[in-house]
Amino acid sequence: MELDTVLMSRLLTAMTLGFHIIFATLGVGVPLMISIAELIGIKKNDPHYRLLARRWTRGFVITVAVGVVTGTAIGLQLSLVWPNFMQVAGNVISLPLFMEVFAFFFEAIFLGIYLYTWDRFNNQYIHWVFSLPIIIGGGFSAVFITTVNAFMNTPDGFTTENGTFAAVNPIAAMLNPATPTKVFHVLTSAYLTCAAILAAITAFMILKKKTTDYHKKALKLTLTLTFIFAVLTAIAGDSSAKFLAVHQPEKLAAAEWHFETEEGADLLLFGWLNDAHEAVGEIRIPNFLSFLAYGDFNAEVTGLEETPEDKWPPLWVHYMFDLMVTIGFLLPGVALLYFILSKLKKRNEHNKGMLSLIVLSGPLAMLAIEFGWIYAEEGRQPWIIRGYMTVEEAATSSPYIGLMFVLFLALYIVLGTLCVVTLRKLFRDNPAEEELEKHYPSFEKDDES
Amino acid sequence: MSYEMIGIFVLWIFLYGYLIVASIDFGAGFFAFYARITRQDHVINQLISRYLSPVWEVTNVFFVFFFVGIVGFFPETAYYYGTALLVPGSIAIILLAIRGSFYAFENYGSKQSTVYMFLYGATGLLIPASLSVALTLSEGGFIVEENGVVSLQYLELFTSPLSWSIVALSIVSVLFISATFLTFYASRAKDYPALKLVRKFALFWSTPAIIAALTAFIFLSQHNRGHYESMLDLWWMLGLSVGFFMTTAWLLYQGKYYGMAFISVMLQYVFAFFGYGIGHYPYLLDPFITVYDSATHESMGIALVTAFIGGLLLLIPSLILLMKLFLFDADYVKGKK
Ligand code: HDD
Ligand code: HEM
Ligand code: HEM
Repeated sequence: MELDTVLMSRLLTAMTLGFHIIFATLGVGVPLMISIAELIGIKKNDPHYRLLARRWTRGFVITVAVGVVTGTAIGLQLSLVWPNFMQVAGNVISLPLFMEVFAFFFEAIFLGIYLYTWDRFNNQYIHWVFSLPIIIGGGFSAVFITTVNAFMNTPDGFTTENGTFAAVNPIAAMLNPATPTKVFHVLTSAYLTCAAILAAITAFMILKKKTTDYHKKALKLTLTLTFIFAVLTAIAGDSSAKFLAVHQPEKLAAAEWHFETEEGADLLLFGWLNDAHEAVGEIRIPNFLSFLAYGDFNAEVTGLEETPEDKWPPLWVHYMFDLMVTIGFLLPGVALLYFILSKLKKRNEHNKGMLSLIVLSGPLAMLAIEFGWIYAEEGRQPWIIRGYMTVEEAATSSPYIGLMFVLFLALYIVLGTLCVVTLRKLFRDNPAEEELEKHYPSFEKDDES
Repeated sequence: MSYEMIGIFVLWIFLYGYLIVASIDFGAGFFAFYARITRQDHVINQLISRYLSPVWEVTNVFFVFFFVGIVGFFPETAYYYGTALLVPGSIAIILLAIRGSFYAFENYGSKQSTVYMFLYGATGLLIPASLSVALTLSEGGFIVEENGVVSLQYLELFTSPLSWSIVALSIVSVLFISATFLTFYASRAKDYPALKLVRKFALFWSTPAIIAALTAFIFLSQHNRGHYESMLDLWWMLGLSVGFFMTTAWLLYQGKYYGMAFISVMLQYVFAFFGYGIGHYPYLLDPFITVYDSATHESMGIALVTAFIGGLLLLIPSLILLMKLFLFDADYVKGKK
């Protein structure tokens, strides 16, 4: 009974966050893409790019709406489902949560302005400037919430007295050791994912219909951005691993099935564990774990043996980590392949195979976000605040949590379905070609190829 | 003023802000739906969507601000209210989620659907009803703590006249505030057919609004004597509230100065809401938590107040810009932009 409420609380939170994070990631990254497209459009005086910005924005408002309502849900659920956690941690981490609200506020106000003022100013830069607060607001929401999550992993900025937190320093709590790498990785991966998804949508359009200039420009832009942010994401991921090696070694060890502390540790990919906790069927890259953890092939990497077994994170996080990293290498690979093909005169970079790969990389990027979060959150188990409070201690005692889980599941199914249906209908009813004529009638018609 | 007092004061102001902007939003949803089924939608729905489209997200943030702020300043509230409100709170979240997203699907998507309109209208009344449960709980008597387990007494809640009178009050207030605002907005837009209709709504809902307020007050006197008596000590605030109510009704009836009418309705609710809130002091949840024993650490309190001031410096100019562009830009209001 007791455990059941805890399990249901975990499932409810995992489900809400897993759903919110999709829309939150779009909320962080898409405004940057929109802004870049609009800026290029104004600079080059090219209506194609401005139309791109307009159409992305139109889809974006729909996902924002879902992001806002699911975010409101998770915000309230933190208190409803984890009352003991909020009662204790609220003393230390309410500052970033509070500041996050201001970031939303800022974002919401300027999103309203941006949406309804496309043709209101003679100087087009004025409209473009309104996109900046949206990027900043979305970005800072991510930064602030990530500091909260970082705090849960490496709590800092307080002392304890008889089991309660005393002498709180809110700034130190925000700037805990996990914050820098986490913020860096969360931001870059959000930008990467949005670029990859927009590229995937464009490639999908090209596959389905004819290739127009509009779509080709969109594809080139989004793939360029995918490549840049994929490289940054990998750098950030690498620094996250280096952070873990020092501050949260059991999380990295669980991801790598690294049981014994040793020098020159190998990196394991996939495989499975036998009963004696030995990896079977894995791909083994010699000494690479030491390199990932410390940038030195012979460094000593702490193993799980140094953590009491009842405090081990679940070992299946290995797969989450591997899948994320694999996708992390695939994404820049796909983008690179496209640019190589486009440089080779004889090859057509818009062939079916290439486009299908690009279409695939969009969903893959979003999956990497999900895998990454599941890894990060499960890898912290059994703690909710590492070293201070376990998940079990934090959960609600209310017996109705199971029922709430079912209600929210139904809600997310409905929201998710309607969101996709609405988006598809929106773009099917307004093809880009028609819209180009409507908004920019003087622009010469697309030359088709 | 101590940081706890600043905290509760600021939060109460924001809750009041939410009360006004959300009432406008919720009520407008209901009126839009009502107009659709009575085939009057061509008269007012254009007006409603022009105002609501740019601001609905901002309304939501007021609410987020309040609940994040109260847990921040008074973490103890998370423990009691969080546990007790799991069910009503979750229902409110689901309704809010349906409302917000369906609004976007209908408005930004290309589909016009009566089902969406219905959900949008119905949630407009159900959300205030479910949120008002929190106010009822704060009066005490519905939450018990046994062996460290907090639980909500559902039977008592559902059979309490106080809780139903607060639900009724919240719904009619939403309709009254919203109709008064729309009257003002229509008059600014010089949209006379719409003005005629929404003014009718406003006049219609004024009487139930004051009756519901008095009823709730009477039931409060039976349920929580202490709160009732401290509110009576603030008789002048309640008196002013009633005075502004009469001014609003008179202005609406006269059919002039709709801007003044809306200001007057805001003042009516300022005095009622603050009279209620100050009378509640020092309890956040009678009898478990007070403003003082539940407050966060001083350093956090100061940090929050500082963040708040910084945030305001950022937000006020932005909000002014938003209002200039949409609410007070005569051409926009009239639909020319
Ligand atoms: C597009 C998404 C994406 C991609 C391609 C990668 N990651 Fe990642 N990763 C995330 C998205 C993500 C994330 C969703 O942003 C996480 C979850 C929690 C967090 O802080 O970031 C994360 C967490 C995360 C963590 C745990 C950090 C912590 O718990 O403190 C590590 C060690 C890495 N990543 C390492 C990598 C490496 C070495 C990658 C190789 C290229 C990589 N990630 C690619
Ligand atoms: C910042 C974005 C975050 C995302 C995307 C995220 C994601 C997740 C995911 C996927 C799980 C599921 C783990 C499982 O299967 O059990 C989870 C669990 C959980 N998260 Fe996070 N998390 C985030 C931040 C936070 C924050 C800021 C808090 C609290 C303030 C939090 C509290 C929890 C709790 C209490 C659980 C349940 C415990 C567990 O089962 O792991 N998370 N989260
Ligand atoms: C425990 C974790 C989280 C909580 C409590 C939370 C809370 C919220 C809340 C309350 C909102 C709605 C705000 C409004 O009314 O406008 C929201 C939306 C948003 N959240 Fe989350 N959030 C969490 C995780 C995340 C993460 C991990 C990110 C980014 C990486 C993020 C980024 C956003 C963004 C950008 C929005 C704005 C809506 C949009 O543009 O889609 N949030 N979140």
